[in-house]
Amino acid sequence: MGAQTQARATDPILLMKGITKVYPNGLVANSNVTFEVRKGEIHALVGENGAGKTTLMKVLFGLEKPDEGSIFIRGEEVKISSPNDAIRYGVGMVHQHFMLAPSLTVAENIVLGAEPRRGIWFDRRRAEQMCRELGEKYGLQVDPAARISDVPVGIRQRVEILKALMRGSDILVLDEPTAVLTPQETEELFEALKSLKEMGHTIIFISHKLREVKELSDRVTVLRSGRVIGTRNTDQVTVEETSRMMVGRDVVLRPMRPKAPAGPGEVKLLVNKLNLVRDGTHVLKDVSLQVRAGEILGVAGVEGNGQVELVEVITGLSPCDSGEVWVCRQDATGKSPGEIRDMGLSHIPQDRMIFGVASNASISENLISNRYNKAPVSNGFSLNLKAISRLSQELIGKFDIKTSSAQQAVGTLSGGNIQKVVIAREFSTGPQVIIANQPTRGIDIGATESVHKYLVEATESGTAVLLICADLNEVMSLSNRLIVMYEGQVVAYFDEVEGLTEEEIGLYMLGLKRQEPDQVTASMMGRPVE
Amino acid sequence: MSRNTWFELLRTGVAIAAALTIGFVVTSLVSESPVEAFGYFLKGPFTSIRRFGSFLEAAVPLTFTGLAVSLVFSAGQFNMGAEGQFFIGAVAATAAGVFLDLPPVIHTIVCLAAGMIAGAIGGFIPGVLKARWNASELVASLMLNYVFLKLGMYLITYHLRDPSAGALVSLPLKESSWLPQFTRTTKLHAGIFVMFLVVFLCYYFLYRTSRGYEARMTGQNLSFARYSGIPVLKVILLIQVLGGAVAGLGGAVEMLGIYRRFQWQASPGYGFDGVIIAILARNNPLLVPLAAVFLAYLRVGADVMAMYADVSAEMVSIIQAVIILLVTAEAFLAGYRHRLTLKEVKQRASAS
Amino acid sequence: MHPLLKAVFSASFAASILRVTTPILFASLGAVVADLSGVVNIALEGMMLISALMGVIASAFTGSAWVGFLAGVASGILVGLVLGYFHLKLRTNVILAGIALNLLAAQGTVFVLYAVAHDKGVSSSLPSKVMPEVQLPIIKDIPVLGAIIGKQNILTYLSLIAVVVVYLFLYKTSFGLRLRAVGENPDAADSVGISVHKVRFIALAISGALAGMGGVHLSMGYVSWFSRNMTSGRGYIALAAKALGRNHPIGAFLASLLFGVTDALSNYMQSLRVPGEFVQMIPYVVTLVVLAVYSGRQLKWGRFSNE
Repeated sequence: MGAQTQARATDPILLMKGITKVYPNGLVANSNVTFEVRKGEIHALVGENGAGKTTLMKVLFGLEKPDEGSIFIRGEEVKISSPNDAIRYGVGMVHQHFMLAPSLTVAENIVLGAEPRRGIWFDRRRAEQMCRELGEKYGLQVDPAARISDVPVGIRQRVEILKALMRGSDILVLDEPTAVLTPQETEELFEALKSLKEMGHTIIFISHKLREVKELSDRVTVLRSGRVIGTRNTDQVTVEETSRMMVGRDVVLRPMRPKAPAGPGEVKLLVNKLNLVRDGTHVLKDVSLQVRAGEILGVAGVEGNGQVELVEVITGLSPCDSGEVWVCRQDATGKSPGEIRDMGLSHIPQDRMIFGVASNASISENLISNRYNKAPVSNGFSLNLKAISRLSQELIGKFDIKTSSAQQAVGTLSGGNIQKVVIAREFSTGPQVIIANQPTRGIDIGATESVHKYLVEATESGTAVLLICADLNEVMSLSNRLIVMYEGQVVAYFDEVEGLTEEEIGLYMLGLKRQEPDQVTASMMGRPVE
Repeated sequence: MSRNTWFELLRTGVAIAAALTIGFVVTSLVSESPVEAFGYFLKGPFTSIRRFGSFLEAAVPLTFTGLAVSLVFSAGQFNMGAEGQFFIGAVAATAAGVFLDLPPVIHTIVCLAAGMIAGAIGGFIPGVLKARWNASELVASLMLNYVFLKLGMYLITYHLRDPSAGALVSLPLKESSWLPQFTRTTKLHAGIFVMFLVVFLCYYFLYRTSRGYEARMTGQNLSFARYSGIPVLKVILLIQVLGGAVAGLGGAVEMLGIYRRFQWQASPGYGFDGVIIAILARNNPLLVPLAAVFLAYLRVGADVMAMYADVSAEMVSIIQAVIILLVTAEAFLAGYRHRLTLKEVKQRASAS
Repeated sequence: MHPLLKAVFSASFAASILRVTTPILFASLGAVVADLSGVVNIALEGMMLISALMGVIASAFTGSAWVGFLAGVASGILVGLVLGYFHLKLRTNVILAGIALNLLAAQGTVFVLYAVAHDKGVSSSLPSKVMPEVQLPIIKDIPVLGAIIGKQNILTYLSLIAVVVVYLFLYKTSFGLRLRAVGENPDAADSVGISVHKVRFIALAISGALAGMGGVHLSMGYVSWFSRNMTSGRGYIALAAKALGRNHPIGAFLASLLFGVTDALSNYMQSLRVPGEFVQMIPYVVTLVVLAVYSGRQLKWGRFSNE
């Protein structure tokens, strides 16, 4: 770094001053944000979804251009207009959604952009050697020749981190790094981050998981609605205080479980020995489950263990190789999504922007997509515009969707409001079965509370809910009964959720512990255990 | 008018102005007296009743193909087959008009139906290939254009040819099949009523029926449509069949109203112009006739210019291409729009 | 039928296959390069047409076939850059932009030809040159093989070399690695500081250059003039070849050969006085069928694209 006057230990290595960013649809993502990080600290950036944390870091990394404001790194003002600039100044980012090319190898992904060469030829051997050395140095070993598409999520994250480290980043930004990890993998990550801190790196991590923030960080900065509320030393602030700063009010995070029905209710959703092989991988292995009227069956598990495929098969978006699905006593196996919906099933999809809405269409058009050829919206042939308008107004009011008009394009709403549109549509047809896949992902606490309320309310009229949720705390607090999926199998079933601990479930989620398959099926289906 | 609509109008206007400017520049590179030549281009269609008539006449087939393309584009399908469907529709109508012997109005209707069916088959093939086998409807429809062109010419040359005529033309269509013309000086014909009817039907279909809703949502977001229970494969097939039928009908109308005898040796090009019209009209059937009139105006203007000046008519394709490129460029003028939005946000913030 | 079969299995027919495959092969390689970088190049048809014209004009005015070749390649590159500008900078839908350019090329070439040479539709008055034929010294004397591969237009040999060059470029160079990464996950490339737009611009330029070579072959190696719409859909057939070849240069080569066979067959049968129009349909019908069969085998239930 050259001879400099001895920097004080508390001199900021990074200062973002007066950052303002407005998106084309009018959304103010950051408003006059000033954010300061000291060298060698682990600094957490927290806030609800939509608070502006990711935008701020995108500005830092050159993925977004701020409308106002300036950035200082190591005391000098810098202009960051692309990731290249950010990397040059020593900033490395590990994104929430991994930035990896699936068909390329680990080594190719890590050296991408700075490939070792012999002339114009790519020097593969040198690249793989570099990866091995890097892995050793930081204690994050990976197999350089493996294809990314073959490698598990925890390893992919390591590759992301190594990518940043390889370019000499000493300021590492991690965006929601534990969203896709098991409790054990999270521990390993925290160990690695702590040792990186000891080697002199500075770490910024974005999270909404306050307990992790408490455990890992030195200081925490809270954002709300695009503004900085405050920066505190982590050991001087409680989780409750932080949460209050994030939301602006006291939030009691105690979602309510539906009252368990008196006796075994009618089985509304039955899945029997589903098997599915896709691209050579056995993604669903003999999966069986049943959900009864008035209850919530939770599905815990790290993403990527068959939950998505299970939902696709149940809702008719994918066929299965063998097995059966029964909805309200009707055979739904292999039927089309439309036919299954007609049996009384509603579905809140995991990726609402891809499946849940058509973002350029209006709110009303989105609200009728599951009843566009039924009364009162249609007589089977023509649409009844007045009825559609009435229905839209009714649903907008009932589900508190913040909008100025039913004609507004859905894509311009906030994440929470978009999810409300989806829920309004799916819940208002009086469904018998609801498949809720990550229903609170990416939405703020206020909207999350509402979603939980709607789910529990639905059970009161006898609806059966299958809830897939990667947030263990959330799924445990909402479910009457619980299963755990690992590598396409149901590895555990719990009749009673009260009294279970997250650590114990974590063991099942990672495949370290497993119940006998027969026991699982039998006890879930209510048959006597042999 | 919403901010969005106003903005789209502005963008379209600027795009057209820019395209005309570029057209003028090209004209001046080629012509000895560019201002005069371009003047013929811009004023041409208005310089005589006959020209004005021919410009309205040209709008009719363009409306049909514009509707056909708007239908398939609404469902997110890039079926470019309007060209071939129009052509084969004209051939089918010619065959029905030449060989069948029916009372007046009925004969017309049968010929129009023949055109629709032929066009529908033309839309069906890429549609079913896409629906059953996910084959690119773009490549399939383009290939089919060539196939229909060759097939149509084969039928005209070997089965419908008029041996007594000098050139390669078909036998004349029987008078009982004709769509009557209105005046002596122009060739405006009753097909224009058919056209307006079809415009209305297309609009009603897309925006007021459940099937039309299915088509539009499929075009907006295919995954969303499937998830919602829309039978997307059926929708994709249906919309391409409908689009083909409309294009084929257009070919039949052109044959029965204007030519009454098949004379083309190459494809008249209405199909590709239909793409431009659909883009300008934003796939809205009610706006298609307006866009068609504009394009017809360009076409006739170019012909007049070619007749009186030293610039060949193909210059108009440069203007058309620039219009497509600019109108569909989302980022065109987006920077200006962003600054407007920023200003608005600041005003709102300082007011609160 | 005997004489037909005998003719079809003759060495001279095989040689003609290689000859007619050349433009399709060039274009399909261009399609592969563009596609792997994440841009669908629909404008191949227009690129070839423009290059065909430019080659004729340049060689006529300078008296040199090679200048014509360079002019053709340069115009292909230029069209590629224009497509890139509209799609990457102005965010025009890439398919519509390609269609616009094809429309422009179809009529624009007639316009330019008339403006330059006062020829309407066919460049009859231009003394354009032809790319030389090459005879490979020893190979041409090998009994059957020699007649097929020993004596071809230089552009045909160039197209075969191009297959190898494109393969090495894509899979063995570091730029090729970046190109494939950009196509597969542009965000990933962006996040390590690779300019996605720059890579795609270059890919489109390369695509245009290859298409340009194909176009030059049409007007300066196949025949020696330019005529209206002489590409006759080869740019679109090249897209089908790219898909059939699984987006890989070697696959594209084999697929192009297949289409070359149908093209050669069509030419040959026309000379036998089978109704011209019917025979001319063959390449297009075959493309349609191949497209259907191939796409069907690729289809995974419910996972289709909306291309």
